[in-house]
Amino acid sequence: MIEVLRRILTLTIKEFMLIWIDPKSRFVIIIPPLFQFFVFGYSATFDLQSVEYAVLDESRTEQSRTLLNHFSGSPHFELVGMLDSTSQVSELINTRDARLVLHIPTDFADRVTNHEPAVIQVIVDGRNSNVASVALGYIQEITQQYGAQLQASLVAANPQVTLVQRSWFNKNMETRWYIVSSLGGIISMVIAMLLAALSVAREREFGTFDQLLVSPMQPAEILIGKAVPCVFFGLADAVLLSIAAAYWFDVPFRGSIVALVIVLLAFLFSVVGVGLFISSMSVTMQQGLLGAFVFIMPSVLLGGFTTPISNMPLWLQNGTLVNPLRYVVQALREIFLMGADLSTIWPYVWPLLIISAGTMPAAAIMFRLRTQ
Amino acid sequence: MAGISYIRLRGFIRKEVLQIRRDPSSLLLGIVMPVILLLIFGYGVSLEPTNVPIALVIDEASPATQELKARFQLSRYFRPVTVHSIPEAVLLMESNHVDGIVHIRSNFSSLMEAGEEAPIQLILNGIDANRARIVEGYIQNAIGMWSERFALQTGRSYAPPVVIEPRIWFNAAANSTYSLIPGLLTLIMTLIGTQLTALVIAREWERGTMEALLSTPISSDEILLGKLVPYYVLGMIGMALSIILGVFLFEVPLRGSLFVLVLLGSIFLIASLGLGLFISSAARIQFVAAMGSVLSAFLPAFFLSGLMFDLKSTPEAIQYISTIIPAKYFVTITQTLFLAGNVWSVLLPASLVLLVMCVVLVVAARKKLGRRLPQ
Repeated sequence: MIEVLRRILTLTIKEFMLIWIDPKSRFVIIIPPLFQFFVFGYSATFDLQSVEYAVLDESRTEQSRTLLNHFSGSPHFELVGMLDSTSQVSELINTRDARLVLHIPTDFADRVTNHEPAVIQVIVDGRNSNVASVALGYIQEITQQYGAQLQASLVAANPQVTLVQRSWFNKNMETRWYIVSSLGGIISMVIAMLLAALSVAREREFGTFDQLLVSPMQPAEILIGKAVPCVFFGLADAVLLSIAAAYWFDVPFRGSIVALVIVLLAFLFSVVGVGLFISSMSVTMQQGLLGAFVFIMPSVLLGGFTTPISNMPLWLQNGTLVNPLRYVVQALREIFLMGADLSTIWPYVWPLLIISAGTMPAAAIMFRLRTQ
Repeated sequence: MAGISYIRLRGFIRKEVLQIRRDPSSLLLGIVMPVILLLIFGYGVSLEPTNVPIALVIDEASPATQELKARFQLSRYFRPVTVHSIPEAVLLMESNHVDGIVHIRSNFSSLMEAGEEAPIQLILNGIDANRARIVEGYIQNAIGMWSERFALQTGRSYAPPVVIEPRIWFNAAANSTYSLIPGLLTLIMTLIGTQLTALVIAREWERGTMEALLSTPISSDEILLGKLVPYYVLGMIGMALSIILGVFLFEVPLRGSLFVLVLLGSIFLIASLGLGLFISSAARIQFVAAMGSVLSAFLPAFFLSGLMFDLKSTPEAIQYISTIIPAKYFVTITQTLFLAGNVWSVLLPASLVLLVMCVVLVVAARKKLGRRLPQ
C-alpha cells in the first residue's frame, strides 16, 4: 500500500514539474485565466449605459420637458437628437444612430393636467432583443418616477396602488456580480480540462507512453498521478480569481471559504475525469485539445453562466443535470452573494461527487482499452 | 499573378480536400460543431423568463386580491405559490424555490378605500440581476392591469399617470432567437475560418511536410490559395447550414438580400481565413496556433462583438479594442440583413472596414508564409 502511494507521489511530482517546465502548459495556466477574467469581467454585463436616444416632442410643454429631464439625467441614456417629424424616425433607427426614439404626442400635457392616462410611444431597435427589453425596463422605471411625482403634486390624489420593490442579495441589481462571482468555476474548468486533455496525449505523442506502461504502475495509479496536478492548478486559479473578483470587481464575498474550496474540488474531479477520458482517447495533443474544446463550449453555454437554465425548454433543463458546470456556477453565486455555507450548498456537491464517480472510472476504462 | 499554375494549384487543392475528409477533427469543427452551436443557441440560450416561480403572501382575502391571484395563475410568465406568512416565503426564496415574493398587507383595502396610497411589496432574488429586472417588469404590468380593472369596477377614476406604448421594430416580440441566430453565423464562420485553418499550416510545419512542400516547384501564392479555397468552401457550407436552419427551423426572418449576405459573408470568411493562416504560419506549432486563435478570434467573436453583450455599455478601453475585431462588423451586418433589410448606410461602412481587414490579413498571411526555413 505504501509502495502504491509512493509511486503515485513520484508520478504526481513529475507531472507537477512537467506542467511547470513545459512552456505550453505554463501558458495554459497563466494567460487564458487572466484574459478571461478581464474580458468576461468587463464585457459580460447586461446593464446598459448611454443608450443613444432621440426625442420627438410634439407636445413642447412644460410637462413634456419635465419628463424629458428625467431621461437626460439618467446615466443609462444619451440624447443624440431632437426630431421635428415622424418621417425622421425610421432613418435614425435604421442606421443605428439612435437605438430608441421617445415620441410624445401633442395631447400629452392636456391629458396629464386632466388626470387622464398620457400615452407616450417608444420606438426601439429590436436587432439586439436584450438591449431592447432592458432599455424598455429602464424607461418604465423613469416614467414611473415621473408619474409618482405628478401624483404627489396633485391636491386630491386618487387612490393608487404602488409597487414597493426590493432586491435581495444584490441591492442595485448589478449583472456584473452575477457573471464575476461564478467566473472561478468557468476558468478552473478550462485550465483543468486542457491540462488533463493534454496529459496522456503528450506521453503518446512524445513516445514516453510506452515507458510508463513498462513501469510497475497500474493504470489507475497513472491516472491519479495525472489528475492531482490538474485539480491543483485548476483550484489555485479559481481561488486566486475569486479573490480578484472580491477585490478587483468588488463583488461581496459573504459565504464560507471552506464551502468554496470543497465545491470546487468536487467539480474539478468530475471535469478532470472527462479531460483524462478525452486524452486517453486521443493520439495527438491536437486531438486532445479539440476534444476539450468540443466539451467546454456546450457546457459553458448550457451551464447557466450567461443565460439562466430556467429559461430553457424542460427537456433541455433535464439534460443539463449531467453538466457539472451548472452545479458549481450556482453554488459559487450562492456562496458569494447569499452567504451560503457547506450545508447550504450540499445539494450541489453530491451531484458533482456522483458525476466524478462516473467520469473517473470511465477515464480509467478508456485508458486501459487504448493501451491494449 | 504569373506564378500560379492551374494544374499545380488543382493538385494541391485536391490534396487539401482529401486531408479534410480524412481528418475527423476537421469535420468535427467544420460540420458537427456548427450544428451543435445552432441547436444550443436556438433552444438553450434565452434571456426571456417564462414560468417564473413566485410566492404570493396575501394577508387579506377580498375579491380584489382574489382576482390578482387569478391573474398570476393564468399568466404564462408566472408559476405562483400561495403561502400564508412572510417567513414561509423567505424560506422558499432562500432555498431557490421562488424568484420573488409579492406581499399584500392586511390593511390594503382600507388604505384603498381611504383614498391613500396602497403599497404592494415585491421582494426579488437579485442574484441574476437581469432576470430580476425583467421579472419586475412583468409584475409591474400584471399589477398595473389589475389595479386599472379594479378601479373601473369600483367606479373610481383611475389615473395611471404615464403609459408607455412600446414598438420594438424588426423584432416585435423581442424574441432573442431572432438576434442570436444571425449573430451566431459570425461565431460559426470564425470557428471554421480561424480556428480550423490556424491548425492546418502549423500542422504542415510540425509534421515536416512543409519542408517537403517547399522543395517542390509550388509557389507561396499557390500554397496560400490552395489552403484558402477548400476552407472557404467548408466555411460557406457552414454558413449555408446556419442560414437554412435559422430560417426554416427557428423561423428567423431574412428581410435583406440573400445575395448580399453571401457576398459580405465571403468577405468576412476570407478575413477570418487570413487571420487563421497568419496565426498558423507565425506559430508553426499546432498548440500555440490553437490557443492563439481561441484568444484572438473565438473569445472576441463571442464577447467583444455585440453578439451577446452590448458593446456601448463596456468601458471605453474595451470599445477601442472591439474596433479591430472583424466579428463586430459582421454581427452588425448579419443582424441588420436578417432583421432590418438592406440598410446600406449600415452595411456599406461595415463592409468597407471588413474589406480592408480582409486585404490586410491575407497580405499579412502571405508575407508570413514566405518560403524560408527556420535557421
